[in-house]
Amino acid sequence: MNDLRHRIHHNGGLLAAIGLFIVMFIIYVSNHPVGLTAAVATTASNKAVLLALVAMAQTLPVLTRGLDLSVGMVFILANCLASVLVVGTIGEGLLGIAIVLGAGALAGFINGAIIVWGRLQPIITTLATGAVYYGIALYLRPGPGGDVQSDIADFATGQLFEVVPTALVVLLAIVLIVWVPYRNSVLGRAAYAVGSNEQAAYMSGVPVQRAKLLAYTLAGLLAAIGGLMLTFNTYSGEASAPIAGTYTLNSIAAVVIGGTSLFGGWGSAIGSIFGAFVLRTIEDLLFVFDLDPLWQPLFQGVVLLAAVSLGALRVLRIRNRLELFA
Amino acid sequence: MSESKLPVSTIPALRFAFDRSLIIAFSCIILMLLGGALYSREFLSPEYLLQQLQISAFLGIIASGAMMVILIGHIDLSIPWTVTLGAMMATAVAGWFGETGNLLAIPVGVLCGAMVGLLNGLGVAYLRLPSMIFTLGMNAVVQGLMVLHTGGFAPQDHATDAMHFLAVGRPVFGIPNALLIWVVVGALTIFLLTRTAFGRRVYAVGNREAAAYLSGVNTNAVIIWCFVLSGAAAAFAGVLLAGYSTKAYQAMGDPYLLPAIAAVVLGGTNILGGRGNYLGTIAGVILITLLQSILAVMQMPEAGRQIIYGVVILAMLLAYGRGDIDRK
Amino acid sequence: MSDAAPILEMKHVSKRYGGIAALNEVDFVAYPGEIHAILGENGAGKSTLIKIAAGVTDPSDGEVFVDGRRVNFRNPTEAMSAGVVCVFQELSLLPDLTVADNLSIVSPPLRGGLIDSAAQRQRARELLASIGCEDVHPLELVRDLPLSRRQMVEIAKALGKKPKLLILDEATSALTAADVERVYAIIRKLRSEGVGILYVSHRMHEIEALADVATVFRNGRRIETFRKGERSVSAIVQMMIGRELTHHYPDKPAPKPAEPVALTAKNLSWGAQLRDISLDIRKGEIVGLGGLDGQGQRSLLLALFGVLKGVSGTVEIMGKPHRLSGPRSAMRASLPMALIPEDRKTEGLMLPMNIRDNISLASLSRFQKGLGLDGGKEHSAVERIIDRLKIKISDLAAAVSTLSGGNQQKVVLAKWLMTGPGIILLNDPTRGIDVGTKQEVYQLLRDLADKGVAVLFYSTDYAELIGCCDRVLVMYNGSIARELEGQHLNERTIIETALNVDDKEQAA
Repeated sequence: MNDLRHRIHHNGGLLAAIGLFIVMFIIYVSNHPVGLTAAVATTASNKAVLLALVAMAQTLPVLTRGLDLSVGMVFILANCLASVLVVGTIGEGLLGIAIVLGAGALAGFINGAIIVWGRLQPIITTLATGAVYYGIALYLRPGPGGDVQSDIADFATGQLFEVVPTALVVLLAIVLIVWVPYRNSVLGRAAYAVGSNEQAAYMSGVPVQRAKLLAYTLAGLLAAIGGLMLTFNTYSGEASAPIAGTYTLNSIAAVVIGGTSLFGGWGSAIGSIFGAFVLRTIEDLLFVFDLDPLWQPLFQGVVLLAAVSLGALRVLRIRNRLELFA
Repeated sequence: MSESKLPVSTIPALRFAFDRSLIIAFSCIILMLLGGALYSREFLSPEYLLQQLQISAFLGIIASGAMMVILIGHIDLSIPWTVTLGAMMATAVAGWFGETGNLLAIPVGVLCGAMVGLLNGLGVAYLRLPSMIFTLGMNAVVQGLMVLHTGGFAPQDHATDAMHFLAVGRPVFGIPNALLIWVVVGALTIFLLTRTAFGRRVYAVGNREAAAYLSGVNTNAVIIWCFVLSGAAAAFAGVLLAGYSTKAYQAMGDPYLLPAIAAVVLGGTNILGGRGNYLGTIAGVILITLLQSILAVMQMPEAGRQIIYGVVILAMLLAYGRGDIDRK
Repeated sequence: MSDAAPILEMKHVSKRYGGIAALNEVDFVAYPGEIHAILGENGAGKSTLIKIAAGVTDPSDGEVFVDGRRVNFRNPTEAMSAGVVCVFQELSLLPDLTVADNLSIVSPPLRGGLIDSAAQRQRARELLASIGCEDVHPLELVRDLPLSRRQMVEIAKALGKKPKLLILDEATSALTAADVERVYAIIRKLRSEGVGILYVSHRMHEIEALADVATVFRNGRRIETFRKGERSVSAIVQMMIGRELTHHYPDKPAPKPAEPVALTAKNLSWGAQLRDISLDIRKGEIVGLGGLDGQGQRSLLLALFGVLKGVSGTVEIMGKPHRLSGPRSAMRASLPMALIPEDRKTEGLMLPMNIRDNISLASLSRFQKGLGLDGGKEHSAVERIIDRLKIKISDLAAAVSTLSGGNQQKVVLAKWLMTGPGIILLNDPTRGIDVGTKQEVYQLLRDLADKGVAVLFYSTDYAELIGCCDRVLVMYNGSIARELEGQHLNERTIIETALNVDDKEQAA
C-alpha cells in the first residue's frame, strides 16, 4: 500500500496529464458530430502520435537539463528522407525505414557529441545543427513531393482488426521497446541523475558523458520515427521550416504539460505523450466548438506560454534570493 | 567545489581570446571579399560594397538588440515574429489612421516590439523562467496574434512612403539610409554599452548576476530593459524591412533568428553572457551578410546555404568558443 | 600501533591552491580495524586530506598509498573501486531520485541488462535496516527527506559500497542523538570487521566516545598522532590552537559605551538556520562572529543585508526600523550597509571584468553625468581608493582575475568603501589571502571603526577574532551561544564555546 502511495506521488504530473486528456477527449468525442468511430479515432491518433513521438524525443535532453531545438528539423529531415528512400517493394521500403532511423540517430548523436566533447551549449548547438538538418532536408526535397511505399504507409496509418488505430499500437510498441528499457537502464537512470545534480552525479561515479550522448542520440531516433509516421500520413515529403518550428515548440510544451521539469532530473516520456495528446485535443476541441480558425494559433500560443510558466512555481519556494541566480 | 578536478577556465587568457575572435572575424571578411573578387571583380566595387552594407543594416539592427540579451546571459528566440509584428503593425496603423497613421506608423511598430520585449523581460526576470523557452512561447503568441490580425482585420500591408524612404533612400552622398540608421543604432549601442552605468550593469549581470545583485544592481530591471531593447530593435528592423520590400507579410522575420544570434556569437560575444563588444557584432553581421551574398552569387540553393551556415557557425564556435563553458 | 599493513598511507603530501598551502608535507598513516579521528580548526587541512584520499582532488606533491599500492586517483569513481569511500559533508545524493536509486546508483542489481528494481528495493531495504532507518521507504524521493534522514541515506550509500576505508566528514552534524548512537554502533561493527575509518568531527565528546587514534592538524601540517587516552581534552585543544601567533593586530581602543547603537537586531529567525538572534553594534565598534563553520553566521550576515526571504524579527538602524528587502535598500539605509560576501569569486567580483569596472559597480550613480558616466571623475575616484588600499595592479583595465587572492579581496573592499558605508558586514574576508594583506585588512577595519563605522566581522580564524574585535559573538546551531569580551575573549573560550564543550570537560 505504501509503495502505491509513493508511486502515485512520483507520477503526479503524469496522472494529471492523463486526467486532463481523458476529460478533454470525452468532451471532444461527445461533441463530435459523428461520435467515436474507428475512423474518427484513427484520424485523431494519426495526428497525435506525430507530436507524441517528437515530444518523447524532446523529453530525453530535457531530463539531462538540456534542450534540443533541432527535434523539429530532424523530424522534417526524416520525413524528406523517407519520401526518397521508403519506396519500391516492401523489402526496399523496410530497408529505407532502417536507413531513416539510422540517420535520425546519427543526427542526435552529432548533437550529443558536440555538446559533450565540444562543450558547447545545447541551445546554440542544436540551433546550428538544426539549420544543417533543415538544409539537408531542403536538398532532398526542394519542393513538396515524393512518394512512400503505400503498403507500409496504409498499414501504419490504418487500423488493426479494423478497430485499433495502428499508429497507437506503433506508439505503444515504441514505449515498450525504447522507453521502458531505457528508463530501467543504467544510462537512462544516469540521465535523471545528471539532470538532478550534475556535480553530485559526478561525485557518485555516474557516467555523465555517456548518459548525455545516449539521451541526444535517442532523441534523434525518436524524432526520426515521428518523421517516418508523418510521411506515412502525407505520402510525401516537405522541407517546411514552419512545420519544424511548430513541432519543436509544441514538443517543449508537451514535455512541460506531461510533468517533466525543464530544470532536469524529473519526469517521463509517457507524460510527454499525454502532454502531446492534450495539445492535439485542444486543437480538435477548437475545431468541434467551431472556434474561428483564425484564433487557433493565438490560442495555442497562449496555452503554450501558460504551460511553460508553470515552471515559475519554483520561485515561490526559494528563500535565499542568491539561489534565484543559480 | 572550486578545488574539484572539474576543468577550470583559464581566465587570464580571456582578453586575448576575445581579441582573437575579432581578428578571426575580420580576417574572414577580407578573405571572403578577396575570394569573391577572384570569382568576379564586382566584389570590390563600391556599389557592391554599399549594397552589402545596406542589406547588412537590417540584420545589424536586429543583432544590436539580440546582443544586449546575449550579454546578460539570456537569449531572445521571439525575434522572428517580433520583426514581423513591427512590420505589420506599422503598415496597419498607416492604413487605419490615414495621414496621422503615416506619422504614427514607425513609432507604433517599434513600440509593439518593445511591448513584446517587456513581457519577455518580466517572464525571465520575475518568473525566472529559462529565456530560451519563455521567448519561444512568446514567439508563438505573437505569431497567433499576427495570424488573427491579418486574417481578421485585413489590414493595410504596404509600407508608407516614409518607411520606404528610410529603407531604400540614398539622399546623402548616395549612402543608403538603412546604413545610416544602422550607424546611428550602432553608435547608440556602443554609447550605451561603454559609456553609461546601464552598460556597466549589463556586463555585470552577464558575468555574475549574484555578485551584481549583492552590489546593489537592480538585476531584474537590467534584464527587462535588455529584452525591451531587443524587442524594439527587432520591430524597428521589421519596419525597415517592410519599407525595403514595400510590404509586410507573414513570417518575414523567420530568416533572421539564426543569422542574428550567429552574428553576435561569431563577433566574439560569449553566448553565456558578460563578454563581447559591438565591434565584434559589426564584424559578425558583415560576415554573415557576405556569406549569404557569396552563396547567392554562386547560385547556391537555400539548402546549401542552410548547411553552410550551420557548419560555419559550429566550426567557428568550436574553434574559439570553448573553455569558457564552465565559468557559470 | 596495529601490526597490519596500513590501509592508507600518505608520504610528504602537499596541496597548494594558488600560492597558499592547504596541506604542507604531511605524512599520515591509517590502519584497518581502527577508528582514526582527525582534528583541527577550520582550515587546518582536514578536508583537503580527505579530498585527496577520496579522489576529489589530487596532491600537488607527495605519494599516496592505498592497501600498500601507490595510487593516483583521477576521480571519485577510481577511489571507490579501490575501496576508499567517503561520506561527504556536502551531500552527494541526487535529490530527484528515489532512495533505492541513490543507494545503488553506481552498480545496481541487473536482470537482463536492465536495473532490477525489485532487487534494488530489497537491497535498499536491507541497507536502511542495517543502519536502523526502517522509517525511510526505499521509494521515497531524497528531496522529500529531512536533512537528518538524508545524512543517514548518505551513510547507507557508503556502506553499500563495501568500503575498505570509510571516511566520515562531519557525517553526523545533522543527526538526532538516537541516530548518532546507531551510527556509532555501525562504525564499531565495521571496525571489528577490519575496515579502516577516518572520522572528522568537531565534537570533542564524539571523538572521545569513538576514536582509537587521533591526529591533530594545524595550518596544513600534521601536529601529532596519539592513541586514545594519551592526551587530555585540554591538551588537545592546546594542540589545535598552537602558539603560532605571528600576526600583529592594531591596538584596541577603550570601550565606547557612549557611542550610539548603529545596528540593532531583535529576535531574528530564519528556518532552522537562525534561531532568535538579537544583537547590537555601536558606531565605532568591531564585533566578531565566531564559532564553527556553518552555525548560521553566513545566514545572519545575508539576513541583515536583506538577501533572505521570510526572516522574522526586526532590525533597526540608528534606532529606526529597517526593512530587510534587499541589498539596494540596505545600501540606502541612514547608515548605508556594505557586505563583503563569503565567496569573492562568485559573489564579490566579476572576474573577467576589469578592475575599474569592479570597483565602481556599487557606486555608479555617483558618477552619472548627463546620460553617461563621468569617466574622469570615476577614474580619479578609483585611483584614490586603489592608493588608499595599496592594491597592487599594473593596469586599471586588467581583468580582476589576473590579481592575486589578496588583491582581489582588496578590490571587493574598495568597491564597498567607495560607497561610504556606515555599517560593514564581513564574511570571512581573510580566507585564503596572504599574511601581509591580512594585516592591512585588520588595520583598515580599525581605521574605519575609529571613524565611526560599525563593523560585524565573521571569521573562521579565532586568533583574528581575538586580535581584531572589541567583542565576539560565538554562534552554535543557529543561535548566539555566548558573547565574549575583554579578558574572557581568548582562544580557549572561543573554541570551547564553538565545540560546545561543557564546563565539566573544561575542568578535566
